[in-house]
Amino acid sequence: MKIQICKQFNTINNEKILIFKKGGQRVQLLLFLILGPLITAFFMLLVRREAERNWIVKLSALGIGAVTVILLVSMFDKGTLYYSFPAEQTSLLMFFIEIVIAVFILYLGVKYKNYLVVGLVLLLSAMMVYFEGVYAHTIDVRYSLFIDQFSIIMALIIGIIGSLICVYALAYMKDFHEHHKELQDRRNIFFFIMFVFLSAMFGLVFSNNLLWVYFFWEITTLCSFLLIGYTKTEEATKNAFTALWMNLLGGVAFAVAILYLATQTDGIMSLDALLASGKAIVLVPVVLIGFAGLTKAAQLPFSSWLVGAMVAPTPVSALLHSSTMVKAGVYILVRLAPIFQATLSGYVLAFIGALTFLIASGIAISQSNAKRVLAYSTIANLGLIVACAGIGTYEAIWAAILLIIFHAISKSLLFLAVGTVEHKIESRDIEDMNGLIMRMPKIAAMMVIGIAGMFLAPFGMLISKWAAIQAFIDAPYGFVFVIILAFGSALTLFFWAKWMGRLLVVTPKQENLETRIDSNIWIALISLAGLTAITCFIFPAISSTLIEPFLLQNYGNVAQLSQDNIIIMIMMLFMIVLLPLSILLPRHKHRHLTPYMGGMTTNADMSFYGAIGLKREMKLSNYYINSWFGEVKLQTLGIYLCTGLIGIMVLTAAYAGAII
Amino acid sequence: MISIVGFVAFILVAPVIGGLIAGIDRKITAHMQGRVGPPVLQPFYDVGKLFEKEKTVANDTQRFYVISYFIFMIFTGALFFAGGDILLVIFALTLAQIFLVLGAYSANSPYSHIGAERELIQIMAYEPMVIIAAVGMYVVTKSFNVSTIASYPQPLVLFLPAIFLGFIYILTIKLRKSPFDISTSHHAHQEIVKGVTTEFSGPSLGLIEVTHWYETVFLLGFVYLFFAFSPLLGFIAVAIVYLLELLIDNASARVKWQLVMKSSWVIAALAGVVNLAVLYYLGVG
Repeated sequence: MKIQICKQFNTINNEKILIFKKGGQRVQLLLFLILGPLITAFFMLLVRREAERNWIVKLSALGIGAVTVILLVSMFDKGTLYYSFPAEQTSLLMFFIEIVIAVFILYLGVKYKNYLVVGLVLLLSAMMVYFEGVYAHTIDVRYSLFIDQFSIIMALIIGIIGSLICVYALAYMKDFHEHHKELQDRRNIFFFIMFVFLSAMFGLVFSNNLLWVYFFWEITTLCSFLLIGYTKTEEATKNAFTALWMNLLGGVAFAVAILYLATQTDGIMSLDALLASGKAIVLVPVVLIGFAGLTKAAQLPFSSWLVGAMVAPTPVSALLHSSTMVKAGVYILVRLAPIFQATLSGYVLAFIGALTFLIASGIAISQSNAKRVLAYSTIANLGLIVACAGIGTYEAIWAAILLIIFHAISKSLLFLAVGTVEHKIESRDIEDMNGLIMRMPKIAAMMVIGIAGMFLAPFGMLISKWAAIQAFIDAPYGFVFVIILAFGSALTLFFWAKWMGRLLVVTPKQENLETRIDSNIWIALISLAGLTAITCFIFPAISSTLIEPFLLQNYGNVAQLSQDNIIIMIMMLFMIVLLPLSILLPRHKHRHLTPYMGGMTTNADMSFYGAIGLKREMKLSNYYINSWFGEVKLQTLGIYLCTGLIGIMVLTAAYAGAII
Repeated sequence: MISIVGFVAFILVAPVIGGLIAGIDRKITAHMQGRVGPPVLQPFYDVGKLFEKEKTVANDTQRFYVISYFIFMIFTGALFFAGGDILLVIFALTLAQIFLVLGAYSANSPYSHIGAERELIQIMAYEPMVIIAAVGMYVVTKSFNVSTIASYPQPLVLFLPAIFLGFIYILTIKLRKSPFDISTSHHAHQEIVKGVTTEFSGPSLGLIEVTHWYETVFLLGFVYLFFAFSPLLGFIAVAIVYLLELLIDNASARVKWQLVMKSSWVIAALAGVVNLAVLYYLGVG
C-alpha cells in the first residue's frame, strides 16, 4: 500500500498554510480502524465455539477502543490531515460490492414481495452504473481519506461505545436465545454484521471522497436492515423493510447529489472541495445529501423506522441509537453545516429538526414501553442536532457536537440497562419497573444516572441544550427556535422525571434480582455509567482540545462556556455526587410509618380492604396524557408538517441553484 | 461576575425575609377573608414547632431528597443574587424541584404520588415561560448574567411587557397560589391531603417550608429584574405583584391541571413569540 504524502492545514492568523509531510504511521491507524473490525467480522463467521467468540470479541473491542484513544492522543493537535490513497482501484472494488449488495437486496425484495424496495434498488443501481460508466473516470479525488478533530470525536464514540455494546451483546445474546428458544440462533451472523457496521462507520467518518462516504452510507443501511430483521419474525421483517426503504430513499437522494456534482460542477467529489466551493453552486447537492441525512437520522416524517427498529435485540437498538446509524445522519449534516448556514434551505432544515424535537418529545410522554420512550427521545435529540446543523453557526455546531457526544453515552447506557432489566423482570414496561431500586439497586442506580444525564443540570445533555439556546438566540430569527426548544425541553423533563420517579419508589422489601448477571454486562454498564459522569467533569477539556480547534478551523470562531459557569457546574456535580452519601449518615431514631391511605388500614405491603371487604393491593401508575400526546395524532401531524417542509427545503435549494 | 457577598447574603437573609413575607401573606389573606389572622411571625413559630416534632419517615431515602431540594434551592437563589448566569439559575431551580418530586415518588403513597405527578405537570407548565423570560432579557441586555441584566440602565419591562405579564401568570404556579396550586396548596379546603408534601412530616416538612421561603425571595428577585433600573420602583413593583398574586389567590378556586397546563403554554407561546418578534424587528435583538 502506497501512502504518498499528506497535506496539513494549519490555521494560523486565519491564513491557511500548507505543510507537506510524511503521514505514514498515522494513516495506519485509520486503516486499522476501518479494516480491523472487518477482519473481526469474518472471524465471527468462522468461529463455532462460544468461548472463542467471547475472547475474540473482547480482544477486538479492546483493540478498537485502544486504537481510537491512540488516535486521539497522537492526532488531536494536528489539525486536518488528508491522505491520498489509490482511489481508483478502491472505488472499483466498492462499486463491485455495491452491485453485489444491490443483487442481494433485490433478491430479498422479491422474496418478501416488497416492490417499493425493489424499485428503489433498481433506481439506485441504474444511477450508480450510469455514473460508473460515464463519469467515474473523469473524477479524480486526490485525498480520499482525512481526519480532523470531529472525525476523532466520532471515532471515539464508535470505537469506545460501539465496542462496549459488542461486549455487552455477548452476554445479552446468550440470554436472548435462552429466552427465545423458538428463534434460530444465528449469533455468528449477528456479530458479523455488528462488526461490519463498526467498520462502515469508521469508514464514513474518515472518508473525504464523497463516493466513499456514499459507499459506507449504504453499508450502514444494509447492516441496520439485517440487524433489525435478525429474529426473522413477521414483525421484525416488516420493520426491517420499513427501515430499508426509508434509508434507500435517502440513498437515492445521495446518489442524485453525486450525479449532480459530477455533471453540474467541476468534478467536485470530496468533502473538502464541497465545503471550499461557493455556497450557491453546491446548495442543491448538499440539500439532497441533507435529505439523506434526515432519513438516516430518523427525522419526521421518517421517524417510524427507528421506532420499529425496537423489535431487534437490545444491543442493536443501543448501537443504532448511540454510536452508529443515526449518528451517521447527523454527522453528515454537521459536516455540511457551513453550507447550510444563513441559507433559506438551512433554516427550513433547522425547522424540521426543531419540530421533530418538539413532536417526538411529546410522543415520548404517552409511551410506557421503555424502549419506545428511548426511541422517541433519540429522535427528539437528533432533531435538536439537525436544528443546530441547519442554523450552522459556530455556536450551533459547538452545541451539535456536544449533543452528539453526550447523547451517545447516556443513551447507550440506558438501552443496555433496559435490556438487562428486561431479561430479569420479563417486561420493558416502565410501570413494571416500579420500585426497581429495591429489586435491582445497582442497575436502577445506573439507569437513574443515565436519565439524569439526559435532562438534568449539571449533566451532559443539559449543558448541550444550554449551548443550543445560546446558539439559537444569537442566530438571525433564532428566537423561533429558542421558543420551540423551551417547550420541547419541558416535555422531555416530564417523561424523564416520571420514569425516574417510578424507578426510585421505595417499595416494601423485595427479592434482589441482580444475581447471576454476566460480567460482560457489568463491564459495559459500569464503563458507560462512569463515562456519563466523567465526561461532565472533563467536558471543558474535550471542548478545548477537540471541538474548539475544529470550530476555529472551519468557522474562525470559538464557542465556549465561561470559566465561572464551568466552576459552578463542577460545584453542582460535586454536590450531586456527595449528597447521596447523606443516606449513609448515622440514622437518628427515625420512626418508620406506612404511607397515608386516607385513614384506610394498610399493612407493610400496601394492601387494604376495599368495598365489600375485598383485599386490594394499592397500585400507582404514571400519567401518560394520551389525549394530548397520543402517538398517532402527533405523528400524523408531524409527518404532514415535515413532509411539507422537506418539499420547501428542496424547492428553495432548487430555486437558489436555478439562479446560478 | 459572581459576587460572594450576594451569595452569602442570600443564604443568611433570604429565610428571614421569606418567612416575613409568608407571615404578611397570611395576615393580608386573613383580612381579605374577614379574619384577624395570626401574628406576622407565625410562620417562624410553625417551622420551629415542626423541627421539634418526632422524626418520622416513610423510608430512609426521603431525607436525602429533602436535603437536596433544600440545598439546590438555596444554590439557585444564591447564584441569582450573586449575579450568575440566569440560565444556570433556572436549571438549578429545575434540579431542586425534581428532588422534591422524587422524594414524593419514593414514598409509595397514593396522595404524594398524585402530588408528584401534578408537580411535574406544574414544572412542565411554567418552565418554557421562565426560559423565554431569561432569553428576552438576553435579547435586550446582550447578557445572561444577572449582574449585567440588573445594571441595565433602561427599564426592561418596557422592552418585555408581554414576557413580563407571562411571567406574572406562571408566578402564580411557582408561589403555589390559587387557582394554580394543583400539587400542594396553602388552603386546606381544596387540598388532596397536602399533595406532594403528604409524606413529609416534622423536620422534613419544616425544611420544605424554609425552602419555599428561599424560593419566594428568589422569584421576587426575578420580578425585580424587570424593574432593576430603579430600585425604588423595583421594590414597589414587587410589592404590587405579590399583592396581586394574593388577590388572585383569594378570589379563585383551584382549577383542573389541564387548564393550568394549556393556559400557561398558550400564554408563554404568545407572549414569547410576539414579544421576541417585535424586539427582533425593532432591531433590539
